[in-house]
Amino acid sequence: MIAEWPVGLTLIAGGLFAAAARGRLRDAISLAAPLLTLAQLVALGHGDFARVHALGYTLVLMHVDRLSLLFGYVFAIAALLNAIYGLHVKDGVQRAAAPVYAGSAIAAVFAGDMLTLFAFWELTAIASVLLIWARRTERSFAAGMRYLVVQLVSGLLLLAGALMYQAGTGSLAFGYIGLAAPGGALILAACGLKVSFPLLHNWLQDAYPEATETGTVVLSAFTTKLGIYALARAFPGTEMLVWVGATMTAFPIFYAVIENDLRRVLAYSMTNQLGFMVTGIGIGTDLALNGAVAHAFADILFKALLFMSMGAVMLRAGTVKGSELGGLYKSMPWTTGFCIVGAASISAFPLFSGFVTKSMIMAAAAGQGHWAVWLVLLFASAGVFHHAGIKIPYFAFFAHDSGIRCKEAPGNMLVAMALAAALCIGIGVFPGALYALLPHAVDYVPYTSSHVLSQLQLLVFSALAFSVLIRTGIYPPELRSVNLDTDWLYRRLGPMLLRGTGSAMGMAANATRSTVARCSGWMAGFVLRHHEADGILARTLTTGGMAMWVALLLAAYLLVYYL
Amino acid sequence: MTTRGKQYWLDRSENVTKIYRGLWTVGLLLLAADLLMHRHEEFGWAGWFGFYAAYGFFACVALVLAAKEILRRLVKRPEDYYDR
Repeated sequence: MIAEWPVGLTLIAGGLFAAAARGRLRDAISLAAPLLTLAQLVALGHGDFARVHALGYTLVLMHVDRLSLLFGYVFAIAALLNAIYGLHVKDGVQRAAAPVYAGSAIAAVFAGDMLTLFAFWELTAIASVLLIWARRTERSFAAGMRYLVVQLVSGLLLLAGALMYQAGTGSLAFGYIGLAAPGGALILAACGLKVSFPLLHNWLQDAYPEATETGTVVLSAFTTKLGIYALARAFPGTEMLVWVGATMTAFPIFYAVIENDLRRVLAYSMTNQLGFMVTGIGIGTDLALNGAVAHAFADILFKALLFMSMGAVMLRAGTVKGSELGGLYKSMPWTTGFCIVGAASISAFPLFSGFVTKSMIMAAAAGQGHWAVWLVLLFASAGVFHHAGIKIPYFAFFAHDSGIRCKEAPGNMLVAMALAAALCIGIGVFPGALYALLPHAVDYVPYTSSHVLSQLQLLVFSALAFSVLIRTGIYPPELRSVNLDTDWLYRRLGPMLLRGTGSAMGMAANATRSTVARCSGWMAGFVLRHHEADGILARTLTTGGMAMWVALLLAAYLLVYYL
Repeated sequence: MTTRGKQYWLDRSENVTKIYRGLWTVGLLLLAADLLMHRHEEFGWAGWFGFYAAYGFFACVALVLAAKEILRRLVKRPEDYYDR
């Protein structure tokens, strides 16, 4: 039975074999593993399979339904794109870590119980950090360490929540949980870390841009979308998520406008796009949930495409800083074109994927009468076009000519970008194919004249705002800088407090030591003064002197006696 | 590379101006479409003339000004801030 083989294990095994192989054999393994995974997914029927009895529990390694299949498909497609994009990479660590990471994400999606989910949740963390460390700089090592701590904490929250849930309900099954269930808040927090809830978001912007040019592409697909999957399964219709999601769509775009590292700009736009999905899950109607998971599907592809184009720029031009780039369309015309397709997709231009997925969430918000949330989402839609749709291609490929002349991206990168671009356009033009895979029946029509017109007005006037600001010189220039975000709390304030506590303790210790030293010195001096040679109690007295003192004492005694 | 000396169409500033004017033309045509067509909207006020155009334009201007004048002043640090 094909469903008895846990589907994620193919990629995990592929990664381990790739670690041992070299050359063409390794390339063949890299490509075969995601293709086999896709083939198995297509053949799967719904139901629970691959039951394992362990630790006194019955674990379900394969829970197959429409939701898990949808995420399985897109994770496998992303793994295939990543494999093609990374074919030129010689580093065995990355060649092995990427498929293991993808495979464990797929295995987590199909986990029917929370212990299995926890195990693969943690494996994604461990495999993915290798892609950050593979940059092999001190900076990436530190960023990877911070990333790993956050990911492992998320796993521990999940485990603690799962055990509380099991104690309260007697079940470990990973289905609808809700905030009110025992351990529910902990499990929600675990997911919240993964999907970069506001104030918990900064691990993403901190770590992703520090990975290798291929590593960031791989990272962008899985961890955050695994969190979205878990939220969609366990917390649909949780009111709080509507507002949390709306906040996530809005605040990162301010950072994205002033950020210089273009891969970090994309990392901020990840939180922004995840916000749309979280809002959809919070609304929780069939339309909203369909929109959330459809947008996750589309986002994996267009975000991968955007990160791929920036990875190609980093490989060829040696930097992705907006302040250093410009005019690259002359050297990298194909990459420029693919980047623009990704930009149009994330901006939800008609005929591109974002248009047919994000709008379901917007329509659901409007349908439920969430007018304030809807206005925030509309603001975020204009904003994402502004910073991801225009800023990324503009500062990398156009703007002022930086004078950088380099080669076009390698062939394998171009093929991967072309495939991703084709999928982005394919979803935009034929939304029915994606809609047919969604968890609930779809009766939403994206291409109405009202929707096309209103979206085009929004986007064209956002573009006009950008052009006017650029031409009047008001648009803030790209500056070499670091922008403080919540990572400041643990990168600066935390160490400062620790150092502060350390130095306060040091001062206290010094004070105590010097007081003790002074006291003991004084005591030693006192003793010495009286007992050392010539001290009053250690002097050698003369016999005559002694006789005089004795005579005096006797005289005093006689006097007292007669009185 | 061979492209160094080559003049591109976009290198000439008058061509950039052409694109800029073209974008305004497209925008104004889209705005004019609001007069000819009734948009179906969930919220009544979203159906007002030019709602999306105005919202898109002013949202982006407000976004950029807030980011530049407020956020950047608060959070911008030298590039080696965390390395020192």
